[in-house]
Amino acid sequence: MTHEMRLTILLASSLTLWLGRASSQPQNFDSVQIHVEPVQHNIYMLVGAGGNTTVQVGSEGVLLVDTQFAPLAPKLMAEIRKLSPGPLRYIINTHMHPDHVGGNAAIAKLAGADPALPLKIIAHENVLNRLTETVPGQPRFPEEGLPIDEYATPTKNLHFNGEAIIIYHEPNAHTDGDSVVLFRGSDVISAGDIFTPGGYPFIDIDHGGSVQGEILALNHILQMTVPAKTQEGGTYVIPGHGRICDDADVVEFRDMVVIVRDRVRDMIQKGMTLDQVKAARPTRDYDTEYVTSASFVTADRFVEAVYKSLSHATEHGGSSR
Amino acid sequence: MIRFLAAALLISAPAFAQVDFSGGWSPLYHEDLPDRIPGPELGDYLGLPLNDAARLRADSYDADRISVVPEYECRPHSSDYSMRGLANMHVDAIRDPVTQRVIAFHTRMNFQEMERTIWLDGRPHPSDYAPHTWAGFSTGTWEDNMLDVYTTHLKESYLKRNGVPRSDKATFTEHWVRHGNYLTVATIVTDPVFMTEPLVRTQTWIFDPSQVIGRDICETAAEVPKAADYVPNHLPGTNPFLHEVADWYGLPYEATRGGAETLYPEYRKKMEKPEHPRQQCERYCSCGAEGYVCLDPTAPPPKKQ
Repeated sequence: MTHEMRLTILLASSLTLWLGRASSQPQNFDSVQIHVEPVQHNIYMLVGAGGNTTVQVGSEGVLLVDTQFAPLAPKLMAEIRKLSPGPLRYIINTHMHPDHVGGNAAIAKLAGADPALPLKIIAHENVLNRLTETVPGQPRFPEEGLPIDEYATPTKNLHFNGEAIIIYHEPNAHTDGDSVVLFRGSDVISAGDIFTPGGYPFIDIDHGGSVQGEILALNHILQMTVPAKTQEGGTYVIPGHGRICDDADVVEFRDMVVIVRDRVRDMIQKGMTLDQVKAARPTRDYDTEYVTSASFVTADRFVEAVYKSLSHATEHGGSSR
Repeated sequence: MIRFLAAALLISAPAFAQVDFSGGWSPLYHEDLPDRIPGPELGDYLGLPLNDAARLRADSYDADRISVVPEYECRPHSSDYSMRGLANMHVDAIRDPVTQRVIAFHTRMNFQEMERTIWLDGRPHPSDYAPHTWAGFSTGTWEDNMLDVYTTHLKESYLKRNGVPRSDKATFTEHWVRHGNYLTVATIVTDPVFMTEPLVRTQTWIFDPSQVIGRDICETAAEVPKAADYVPNHLPGTNPFLHEVADWYGLPYEATRGGAETLYPEYRKKMEKPEHPRQQCERYCSCGAEGYVCLDPTAPPPKKQ
């Protein structure tokens, strides 16, 4: 299955499972296999059917960033247990979409509770706010999976398994509750859906996302990445979906978002409507790289998000980090 | 005794490497010299099987990007392009310490200290989720005395140094052939994102055993103030430089736009005439002739002795 197909499935699942929680057709996860890709030092990337899961293991236990979908929890835990028998101490959610938070409760249950070594689920407070919203006709998010160790500050720090872990809130990027996680000792960043190589970013306008915030967040990631010799390697970046990347890959993605933003902004300044902008196909030289016939984030969807972001910023004076 | 010697020769013969490429190699620039030494002109896509996406991407390219955006300053060529770039190359044969078989060739080029390994031991390519690199991941197999190399896991880069893109989904095959002191490498790039058919290019090297490759240390530096969200680019339809190559060389503009058709000799018959044909060479006329370098595009042709 290609990155693009996985992205499509997960984004479609995200919307159907989350934006319309109860009405969705359940995805069949029986055939999904979890792929474990070593990243650097004691960090691994687990790829299944949802967003990528980052695993940090060490003498103090296990830390996860994102948990994919609930039905995948047994398979995820089986692979995690091959990496470490230690207690699961932390789950960090990069944002509120179900392909990233869906497995929280099931994994917590599988990991078992130890009052002496409690599991903490961490996310920006906007994630907790979103997950506890009451949506008529929709099931509530499982309470035991809620990120009740939320933070409301620009950063939150941990020290676990011998390294500093810094969680950065990236305002109004993919959503309004995005976190980027820096493993300072391992020199690895878990970027969540701010960075989705091979697919246009899903700028979730309805949940606080914006193209301006997306660019600021990508630039912030680039401030933290330090490439090694010949501008590659060094700091590795685990994207929300797709392969392991580094500074140069984030640069290509950032440049794409900036250039599309520039084109759409120019068209808005010329007075073009959204339909006219879509018809002009300002992403047509990127579509062969970022869109497949199965993509959920189509060129039109991306252009619409950029257009609405910029139009909203014009009306309200823009956003700032 | 003869039987013993024959057996000993069989045992000691390298089972993998059929030809030894070890040593220093200097590139010869008789092929595509202006394209390789001074570099391609902006807007010159002639002979490239580009699709419309690649063409617009290249049209949007602003060369300021490599000086204004620090992350671009120290990038090396990708391995598909570096074989035709401006750099000497040193090749080492890597031997298995136990069997003494050559299990890989390791290449090093002086431009940005680009290094690459071509594995000959049958190892698999990395997973789809592994990082991509400028060198990519290369494996080689022998076809008689020709080394066939297959490379995957490339970073996004360029087919030409004028902004013509090559995606990270591209792969390429090489054929390394040694004729005495000459090495010819044919490179066949396939890119489902930006090309409608494979691009075949060849490069020739000459053995240079006295060659010494020094260091080429590069550190990025922000030398031009810019906003963090600024990436130099030309909005569609606004690049003022796209007609230059047609005007300078007396070519029809349509030909410079490239496409698979422009790869083949038959295109010359179909190609329309330029609006302003040149009667004599006016640009890079001394390139490669009698040792002339190509740094000054307006230098006159060398005088005949």
